[in-house]
Amino acid sequence: MCHSELRSFEKNMNKFNEAGIRIVGISVDTPEKTREYMLQKAGYTFTFLSDPELETIRRYDLVHAREIASGKDIARPAEFLLDSSGTIRWRTITENFFRTARPEQVLEAAKALP
Amino acid sequence: MKRLNWPIWTGFLLSLVAGFSYPFVFVRWAITREFPWANLVLFAIAFVLLAFGLRRAFKPDKEIVSKIFSSLAAVVGLLLLGGLPFVIYVAGSWLPASSEAPRVGQKAPAFTLTDSNNKPVTLAQLLIEPINNTPPKGVLLIFYRGYW
Repeated sequence: MCHSELRSFEKNMNKFNEAGIRIVGISVDTPEKTREYMLQKAGYTFTFLSDPELETIRRYDLVHAREIASGKDIARPAEFLLDSSGTIRWRTITENFFRTARPEQVLEAAKALP
Repeated sequence: MKRLNWPIWTGFLLSLVAGFSYPFVFVRWAITREFPWANLVLFAIAFVLLAFGLRRAFKPDKEIVSKIFSSLAAVVGLLLLGGLPFVIYVAGSWLPASSEAPRVGQKAPAFTLTDSNNKPVTLAQLLIEPINNTPPKGVLLIFYRGYW
């Protein structure tokens, strides 16, 4: 359930490729867990990065400390769309983890990129 | 011969589906995510079945055991119905405020992280590396809770 929002992005991979948008998933999962669960079992094809020490997640102020279901420090859901210079052009910091960004919203926002 | 009280059983199973399917199934589509109407429809059908089952179980010729079991099934169904909005609207918002998260217009903080092949990857690389032989127009960073 914690990555069900990613599925809708995977389904739209063609559209993101056409729009020139690279999708990158970031979580505390180790590369091993990502390979086993996200690539092999779930069949995702975009890039995954591991931040088990929460260094980047902390720098982005997205640490969800002692999350109740896992009991661990994890990343809270958030999405950032950067232009090719690395400037943030659009973002969502959801207030409810069932309502993360949808691919349609991102594709719409991507139209405004230079 | 004992006859299976199928409305109770199907109603009970359907209320389990109605109660637990939202985070696994219905969050995937915008239309069933914004309001859990699909789950409420399933609950409505479940309660019709449970009502038929209860009526059957409370006929005078039925055993006390079937009366107890069917009542329990109905109570569990009601608890699930009450639990669903709690999970979606209360537990779903147990998130940190993240008020210091980088904003629109700011440069995204640089990082170097390990990809699924154990190779270090920098944000700068992600911004340059071509997609289908053309430089990317942008990068979408999705922070997610985890594989579980």
